[in-house]
Amino acid sequence: MDYRTALTTCTYCGCGCNFYLEVLDGQIIDTIPCKTSPVNEGKLCVKGWNVHEFVQSPNRLTRPLLRKNGAFEEASWDEALDFTASKLREIKDNCGGNSVGFLSSAKATNEENYLFQKLARAALGTNNIDHCARL
Amino acid sequence: MTNSVAELENSACIFVIGSNTTSSHPLVATRIFRAKQKGAKLIVADPRKIQLALMADTYVRQNLGTDVALINGIMHVILDRGWQDQGFIEERTEGFETVKEKVRSYTPEKVSGITGIPEEDIVKIAEDFGTAQTASIVYCMGITQHVTGVDNVKSLANLAMLTGNVGKESTGVNPLRGQNNVQGACDMGGLPNVYPGYQAVNMLDNQKKFESIWGTDLSDQVGRTVSDMLGGLSDGSLKALYVMGENPMLSDPDTAHVEKALKAAELLVVQDIFFTPTAELAHVVLPGSSFAEKDGTFTNTERRVMRVRKAIEPVGDSRPDWQIIQEISNRLGYSMDYDSPEAILKEIAEVTPSYSGITYERLEGEGLQWPCPDEGHPGTKFLHKDAFARGKGLFHAIDFKPPAESVDANYPFWLTTGRIHVHYHTGTMTRNSPTLHSEVPEGSLEINPGDAGQLGIREGDEVEVSSRRGKIRTKTVLTERVKEGLVFMPFHFVESNANALTNPALDPIAKIPELKVCAVRVEKAA
Ligand code: SF4
Repeated sequence: MDYRTALTTCTYCGCGCNFYLEVLDGQIIDTIPCKTSPVNEGKLCVKGWNVHEFVQSPNRLTRPLLRKNGAFEEASWDEALDFTASKLREIKDNCGGNSVGFLSSAKATNEENYLFQKLARAALGTNNIDHCARL
Repeated sequence: MTNSVAELENSACIFVIGSNTTSSHPLVATRIFRAKQKGAKLIVADPRKIQLALMADTYVRQNLGTDVALINGIMHVILDRGWQDQGFIEERTEGFETVKEKVRSYTPEKVSGITGIPEEDIVKIAEDFGTAQTASIVYCMGITQHVTGVDNVKSLANLAMLTGNVGKESTGVNPLRGQNNVQGACDMGGLPNVYPGYQAVNMLDNQKKFESIWGTDLSDQVGRTVSDMLGGLSDGSLKALYVMGENPMLSDPDTAHVEKALKAAELLVVQDIFFTPTAELAHVVLPGSSFAEKDGTFTNTERRVMRVRKAIEPVGDSRPDWQIIQEISNRLGYSMDYDSPEAILKEIAEVTPSYSGITYERLEGEGLQWPCPDEGHPGTKFLHKDAFARGKGLFHAIDFKPPAESVDANYPFWLTTGRIHVHYHTGTMTRNSPTLHSEVPEGSLEINPGDAGQLGIREGDEVEVSSRRGKIRTKTVLTERVKEGLVFMPFHFVESNANALTNPALDPIAKIPELKVCAVRVEKAA
């Protein structure tokens, strides 16, 4: 049996509670609140206690999907990425970078948010980037 | 937040307005409970009688969208009784006279007429807040999701400055960020007008700096906001939309309009961990990985940057979002070559002054609160200690303006929306969590028993709720939490989507839609 824990930060609300995810043989089995966290001092709310459930939900998306003749079909990463990039490039070349918009995520990490706005600004040349914090 | 969560528990007075803290930010509520135990005065202003109201020293139920009037009224009484902090006003602020002049006419009598709050309660709030050694303001989307959202926030800043409750421990104006990394998304430049660290895109120095670090030409034109992008898709000026980890089909107002806009896109790319209603409309869906499957950082509501650590391998064939973005950028011919999130954070620190002193190594332990300008800096517990970012704090004289939409004979009820404790935002994650989903598996409409009686509606009845934009069906809950004339719906449920009803009217500056106020009709379903 391979047991390990990972100290991390809750993905739900802006409190940012810290907890350990307990991992047994590659599966998260439980959550332990971090007692030394200055934010939650060993406590969690009901969402934090159950945070691992959605991660391993059978409903997770596990393969890229491409719409073909109106219906979704599973695709390889190469196919999905090539399609996305070539369509973006075509639209940029024909109508300019400002005809593309980006919606960033308040659930993604800082690093991912940084890269996403860099993609918009540096690769597409547009400042059309926003997120749903107003909502 | 200008101050830290832990400081709340030593505050002598806490004013909670437009935040259902126990449901939406439970671990902030814990600090409020502790402050109360230590003798703090608790003031709660909320149209719904939320859990925190039950333990408040003063609870008031303002009419929807009348916050500016309430706050002006409180300031009127404070000035009338001389409870303001004259020293702070003179040393640290400017524009005080204009506000003094403005609030002169906001007598308790007039304010009571607008807000529906008894005059003596307005005076009591002014006394508790105005005479406290330290007073903190806590607010959330109940303040910002209005056409007067910016006015509301500025009014709260006025109140804090008037009483000298800024730049000190256990005081401040403290917005609770709705989603876990909203703070970080803003800090990282996920906004149309600023680069990371709130550096304006239309200032030449900033543009030059980023052009040299990123090695490419950049646009000096401010970009489009979410609502403007949706409008652009509808009118054809925007051709493509790339959505990462958001679900505008449920989170945005006036769903019918959003759907029309998204369907008009020549290319809709959705990157998410679940097949959301927004993904259903996409041309391509890219499976990202959840927070448990990758390294990185989040920044919480008190500006604390904390580590996210990988616990398990990406589920299925999903990939961490940073890798997906990098792959697409490289295919577009703009090279990105980061070998880890840590390498990305190094670049963030290089370009973002408030994050300059942050490294993964330094984040071990408690994390760091920005501003953290260099590697020797301990981080910043509360802001504006000796000066405001602009030097002096600026007062804004603000008048009350009514909400964009009003009730009438056809739509006689006021509707407001919010969260419930076991669910989160559009439900994408919580409804895929069996424990949470089984607690509250479906949406509902809260209605006062008096109103329900008039309409012949009983607890659990199926009703039709319609606004000027849409119609949905849901079940009723009869409760005194809402007063007569007001109904409430959570917005987590796609089958009874509250945002099919809400009003997309925007705050003119912040472009926040007025999700918290609209007019509806309620009828027993046939
Ligand atoms: S455990 Fe609860 S209070 Fe803490 S961050 Fe998660 S959702 Fe928020």
